[in-house]
Amino acid sequence: MSTAKAMLIDLTVCIGCNSCQEACKKENGLAEGEEKSLSATAYTALEEHDGTYVRRLCQHCVSPTCASVCPVGAFTKTAEGPVLYDESKCIGCRYCMQACPFQVPRYEWDSTNPRVQKCKFCATRISKGLQPACAEACPTGATKFGDRDELIREAYQRIKASPEKYVDRVYGVEEVGGTSILYVTSVPFEKLGFKTEIQESAMPVLTWNALSKIPGVVGVGGMLLFGIWWITNRRTEVQRIEREQRTQKNHANGEERI
Amino acid sequence: MTTLRMNTLARRILSWMKLWKIIATLILAAGAFATFERFTRGLGESTHLTDQFPWGLWIGFDILCGVGLAAGGFTIAAMVYVFNVKRFEPVVRPTILTAFLGYLLVIVGLMFDLGRPWQIWHAIIMWNHHSVMFEVAWCVMLYTTVLALEFAPVVLEKFHLTRAMKILRQISIPLIIAGVLLSTLHQSSLGSLYLIIPEKLYGLWYSSYMPIFFYVSAIAVGCAMVIFESCLSSRAFNRGLEIHLLSEISRVCLVMLAVYATMKVVDLADRSAFSLLFIDRPETYLYWLEIGMGIVLPIALFSFRKIRESRSGLFVGSTVVILGFIMNRMNISITGMQRWAGASYFPSWMEIAVTLSIVTLGFIAFSTAAKYLPIFEHPEHHTPAGDRHPIIEDLEIVSREGVLLDNVLRES
Repeated sequence: MSTAKAMLIDLTVCIGCNSCQEACKKENGLAEGEEKSLSATAYTALEEHDGTYVRRLCQHCVSPTCASVCPVGAFTKTAEGPVLYDESKCIGCRYCMQACPFQVPRYEWDSTNPRVQKCKFCATRISKGLQPACAEACPTGATKFGDRDELIREAYQRIKASPEKYVDRVYGVEEVGGTSILYVTSVPFEKLGFKTEIQESAMPVLTWNALSKIPGVVGVGGMLLFGIWWITNRRTEVQRIEREQRTQKNHANGEERI
Repeated sequence: MTTLRMNTLARRILSWMKLWKIIATLILAAGAFATFERFTRGLGESTHLTDQFPWGLWIGFDILCGVGLAAGGFTIAAMVYVFNVKRFEPVVRPTILTAFLGYLLVIVGLMFDLGRPWQIWHAIIMWNHHSVMFEVAWCVMLYTTVLALEFAPVVLEKFHLTRAMKILRQISIPLIIAGVLLSTLHQSSLGSLYLIIPEKLYGLWYSSYMPIFFYVSAIAVGCAMVIFESCLSSRAFNRGLEIHLLSEISRVCLVMLAVYATMKVVDLADRSAFSLLFIDRPETYLYWLEIGMGIVLPIALFSFRKIRESRSGLFVGSTVVILGFIMNRMNISITGMQRWAGASYFPSWMEIAVTLSIVTLGFIAFSTAAKYLPIFEHPEHHTPAGDRHPIIEDLEIVSREGVLLDNVLRES
C-alpha cells in the first residue's frame, strides 16, 4: 500500500474557482465550458451545497466495484491508485454505471460508438512523477496530492488541530473498503450529498458470495440430476424387463398347454 | 341457415386475423424505424436512458423477463427426461421451441441495449470471473447452444436426417442435464446482478436471497408459460388441449409459488423489514400489487381443483402468474431504483416499439415453426417396446393371453 497515491480534498479551503475542472478539461482534451455536474465531458465538477463546494470525481476505490462487475475486465486498478478504463475491451453493458456506489461513470449517450467516461487520476502524469492536473491547478491547496497513508495521517492531524472547525470524519478511509479520494469538511457530510450510510466493507464481496457458489451448484446439482436420472431410468428398465419375462413365461405356459 | 352462420363466423375470424396482421405490421414498422435511429444516432437519441438511469426497459423486460419466461424449457425437460415423467412429453417440443426463441430474442434485445454490440464476443476471450455479468454472458451463450441442440431433432426429423438424430439422442441426457444446470445458474445470476446495489434498490426488493428468488419464481413462471402457451396454440392451431397435463403442471406451479411466497415472508422477517409494507410510498403499492397479482391470486386460483381443470381457469391463472412475474422484474430493474437515482425513467416510444417488435417477432417465429415443423406431433419412437406406456403394454399382454386362451379353447 505504500506506493498508493491519493488526493486529500479539504472542503473548508475550496473557494469554488473551478480551476480544477478547467485544468482537467485541458489535460484530457475535453470540450471546454464550465459544467456543474459530472458528464461525459467533465471528469470533475464542483457541486454547490449552501456555499460549500463539493468536488466530485471518481473516488478510485481501493477495491473498485466497477472493476469487479465488468464482464470483460475493462477496468483495472493500478498499484499507484488510479482505476483505469480500457475502451477497446468495453462491450457497453453499463453494469459499471449501475453498480458504482458513487454514481460516477458517465456515458457518451449520443455516440454510436460510446465510451464510459470518468476521471483517470492523471495516471500518465503520476507515473512520470507529476501530480494530477487538478491538484497542480488548485490555487488554495484544497486538493492535495500525495501518498495515501501520509494524507490520511495529515487529514486526522488537521481535524485534531482544529476540532471546532472540522467534522470528525475523513470520508474515504473506510467507505466501501477505502478510496483514493479523501474528504474533510466543516459541514456534516450528509448535508453535502455524501452517501454516509454506505457500507464499510468492499462492495465486490456482495456478488462474490453468490459467484463463489457456482462450482458447488454445478458439482452437487450435476451429480444429483444424474443420480435422479439413473434411478428413474433404471426403474422403468427393470419394469420393462420384468414385463418381458412375464410375457415369455405366459407364452411358454400357453405353448405347454397346447 | 348454418352455412350463413358459418360464413359470418369465418368472416369474423378473418377480420380478427386481419386486425392482428395490421397491428403487427404497424409495430414492426415502428420497430424498424426505431432500430434505424438506435444504430445511426445512438442510445441517447432513441432511449430515455441517462447516466442516473443506465438500465431501462430493454434490460428490465427484454432480458430479465425474456429469460424468465423461457424457463419452461429446462423445467419441462427436467421433468420428462431426468425425473422420467414421460406423460409430459407432448408439451416438450412447444416448450423447448418457446425457450429457444425466447433466448434468441433475448440476444436480439441485448444487441439493442449494448453500447458496442459488435464487441459482444469479447466475453469469450476476455475473462473476469468476479463479474456476475460474465456469468450471465456465458450462460446465455452456452444455454442458447444447448437449446439449439435440444430443438434440433425437430428440424432433423422434418428432413429425415437420421444419422444426426442418432448422435443427438446419444448425448441427449448429458445435454439436458447441462441445460438444467446452466438455466439454474442463469436464472439466479440475473438476481445476483442486483446484489451489488444494496443502497440503490428499494428495501422491499433488495435481499441477499435475490438469486434464489429469481430461480424459484422462474420455475413457477416457466410452468405458467407452458399452460399459457398451450391455451393460445390450442386456439390458434385448432388443436385439442391436454387439460389433465396442464392441470398437473399448474400444481407444480402452485407448489413453486407457495415456496416462493414462504421464502419472501421469511426474508422480510429475517431483515425485519415488515414495516416497509405499510409505508405510504409508491413502492409499497407496487409491491402489494406484484405480490397480490403474481403470488396470492394464482395460489388462491390454483388451489381449487375445478379451476385447475378448466380451460379458462388455467388460462387466467397462468396469465396472472406471468403478469406478476413481469411486474416483479420491472420493479427490481426500474421502479425500485427510482428513489435512489433521484431520477424518474419512463421508456421512450422507440424503446417500447423495439420491445413490442421483439415480442411480435417471437409470435411470428413460433407460429411459423409450428406450421412447418413437427412441433405438436409426438416424437417418433425408435425403440417401440421400451418407450410405450406401461398400461398399453399390459393391455397387449392381456390381449395376447386372450388370443392364446382362445386357441386353447378352440383346439380342445
